[in-house]
Amino acid sequence: MAELEVIPENPVEQFLRMERIPHIWCAGCGIGTSVNCFARALIESKVDLDKVAIVSGIGCTGRVAGYLKLDSFHTTHGRAIPFATGLKLANPKLKVIVYSGDGDLFAIGGNHFIHAARRNLDLVIICVNNLIYAMTGGQVAPTTPISALSSTTPYGCYEPPFNLPQLAEAAGATYVARWTTFHVRQLARSMKEALNKEGFSFIEIISPCPTLYQRRNRMGDGLDAMKFYKQRSKIRNGAPTSEVAFDINSDIIVGKFVDRTRPTLLGTMHHQLRERLGEKYACVEEVACH
Amino acid sequence: MTADPKGVLTGIHFLDGDFACAEGCLAAGARFAAGYPITPSTEVVERFAQRIPLVGGTFIQMEDELAASIAIQGAVWAGAKAFTVTSGPGFSLMMEHIGYAAMTETPCVFVNVQRGGPSTGLPTLPAQADMMQARWGSHGDYEIIALSPSSPQECFDLTIRAFNLSEQYRTPVLLMMDECVGHMTEKVVIPPAEEIEIYPRRLTNKPPEAFQPYETDGDLVPEMVHAGMGYRFHITGLTHDERGYPAMSPVAQDKLIRRITAKIRNAAERISMREEEGIDGAEVVVVSYGITARVAQRSIELARRKGVRVGKLRLLTVWPFPDWRVREIAKQVKAFVVPELNMGQIAREVERASCGAARTVPVPHAGGTVHRPEQILEAILEAAK
Amino acid sequence: MPLTEIRVAGFGGQGVILAAMIIGKAASIFENGYATLTQAFGPEARGSACSAQVILSDEPILYPYITQPDILIAMSQDAYNRFMPELKPGGTLLIEEDLVRIHDLPNGIRIHGVPATRLAEELGRRLVLNIVMVGFFAAVTKLLQPESLRKAVADSVPAGTEALNLRAFDKGFEYGLMELKSESAESQPVDKWIEGLPH
Repeated sequence: MAELEVIPENPVEQFLRMERIPHIWCAGCGIGTSVNCFARALIESKVDLDKVAIVSGIGCTGRVAGYLKLDSFHTTHGRAIPFATGLKLANPKLKVIVYSGDGDLFAIGGNHFIHAARRNLDLVIICVNNLIYAMTGGQVAPTTPISALSSTTPYGCYEPPFNLPQLAEAAGATYVARWTTFHVRQLARSMKEALNKEGFSFIEIISPCPTLYQRRNRMGDGLDAMKFYKQRSKIRNGAPTSEVAFDINSDIIVGKFVDRTRPTLLGTMHHQLRERLGEKYACVEEVACH
Repeated sequence: MTADPKGVLTGIHFLDGDFACAEGCLAAGARFAAGYPITPSTEVVERFAQRIPLVGGTFIQMEDELAASIAIQGAVWAGAKAFTVTSGPGFSLMMEHIGYAAMTETPCVFVNVQRGGPSTGLPTLPAQADMMQARWGSHGDYEIIALSPSSPQECFDLTIRAFNLSEQYRTPVLLMMDECVGHMTEKVVIPPAEEIEIYPRRLTNKPPEAFQPYETDGDLVPEMVHAGMGYRFHITGLTHDERGYPAMSPVAQDKLIRRITAKIRNAAERISMREEEGIDGAEVVVVSYGITARVAQRSIELARRKGVRVGKLRLLTVWPFPDWRVREIAKQVKAFVVPELNMGQIAREVERASCGAARTVPVPHAGGTVHRPEQILEAILEAAK
Repeated sequence: MPLTEIRVAGFGGQGVILAAMIIGKAASIFENGYATLTQAFGPEARGSACSAQVILSDEPILYPYITQPDILIAMSQDAYNRFMPELKPGGTLLIEEDLVRIHDLPNGIRIHGVPATRLAEELGRRLVLNIVMVGFFAAVTKLLQPESLRKAVADSVPAGTEALNLRAFDKGFEYGLMELKSESAESQPVDKWIEGLPH
């Protein structure tokens, strides 16, 4: 306890817009936990914080950008990735992180996700997957497990969900990991690795929504979710992503699944243009405004 | 300031409107474009894609128009001048991001080479039927600036003006071309870079601790910063306060929406560009824009030969609409004749602005080609009765 | 010059658009005239028939499309069949004489023919037939200064091919001059292109 007294400030505070706290997230929500991990990853990755830009879409996780004391952009629903694409291409010196939810990134924004992964643009995509549309009141998402109740599947979901790590790998991501909000240390490490890796990185965070998912599906509160994650998560680093799908009551395979190298979009672009245009190619690292 | 010579293809060229627009973008300093192929607008980004690696900058073909219209805004906040180009169906998809640019005050240019609609319509043939969509297409209240060129030369000139206005007022600006002007090839004179006026980005001089993204210091247009400059600022499409933070209150909404509409409304007379001729003493004034203005010019000449006193009001800036000018003219003339390649869009504005002082005679045309000069002539003769 | 409407038509790959571009460029950039070029776009323009319309005038051109061309340059049979009916009475018809057979010709049309493809092949590049055609156009219509058209050719063709294209222009031009001479000697120069007549 003596230690707590000499550290008057939470180390995460330097990354937060404290004037905006308290945040809008519910008690037991996992988004705040993920932000804590992210703050730790920022410190440990030693990235230049003035060159970090956070882009969010719409939804509960979409609010992350607004609480982080970094250059931060709260964009339109589903379009965080194409916004981030413009940011990164116009100033490749920026470290661009997209921080958003499962509905935003994989329903309305699904097409942008696969294309950014295909291009292998140097972005870190952090997806807080709470298995539901939370901001709008608990509707079914493309990640909702079969038979789970939501406000628009009152008799249980009957659409199969995406297996996000498999989707990311198939589309071309160079780094793919999944953790739950129980795995704070592993999650922070994965975030750090992704921040230090070139190419399109994807981290899925299985996170509780006590208000809309847990309660409706009789899964208890935030604490019960932690117990559930602790019991049912199995760490299998390197597991084939085709084997990591989960359903409402099954084990959740977590771990770092993919860590590979592919040429990045900016790399292939410079290479191709230099090859075709030679000295005439006006290669710029920063698209300056005139 | 004047244009960066790297992007300026000074000389006399024989270019179509789409190519001239691309050269206008380069001359204006655009160093980023995102697009999605759609007839009849694609040639703009085809030329940009060919030229930009030689000038220094990036073109990316995105997966759809939603992506293109927001990628350009990411690029703007990273420091580039940026634009996208589309037509009919793509313009519909871009509406949300025109609103985002208006709300976040992101300077950028949207080019719409109009084709016949609704839906897929007439991909290869002209129309001017997106004029009201340009004004009102995104949800919510905002003001917009839209320009309408009548020739490839004006595609070049007005593209530069579109960028300058977008920087000056921090607003999306729409260049409303049409298939005919876009695919029409004529002489285009590109002046030397030092003769091209460029409105620079309104970057702040304030240090980070004194800067707030939407503080205007009494002016109506706030200053900007770019990502990576150390300001750690926040931008949102939600209603926001001076700090850029979401502010979910009627008070914040009122303050913000009044300001972003006022910054354009109050400057409407300065923004508006018109070509006027023969209005004093006219009994009929023809109001037109874009390709239709050229056809209307021939009709005006034919009518004058028949002894009718006809004036010309050509709108190079369609939005903001020059209410004040139409109201003045309405007091002096019998009627306005408004030919356009739609079923009557700007005609409604003319009618509204004339406040009943003069009659409005629309000359609607569903598009696919331009009016026959005789069609407009007939309307002029009818209006002069 | 008074307002002159020209349609250039042929099939894809003949360089129809470039030929029209050169004419427009010569008038508006290398002479003090105005020129407006439009072309058909879309699937119809990617198939066999290809056409471009160019309007020349001493005054700014208002109406963008041609209504009744004064001159038709037909480089294929299809182009002739399709566009001949719209040619203005008393107008001028230029044909690629090896590719176009004339039929249903109204009275009063002036016809000039050139084996543009063959002449281009003699230069070693079939591709330059459109430039041969432009040279021929220069000679027989006298609408524009040959020098401004030559400048427009040099300004429009890919770098490194200027000399070849200028030779093609000159070849067409000389053929046109010769044709004019022989036309003034012959009473019915048209006969040799008319369908069904022995050639």
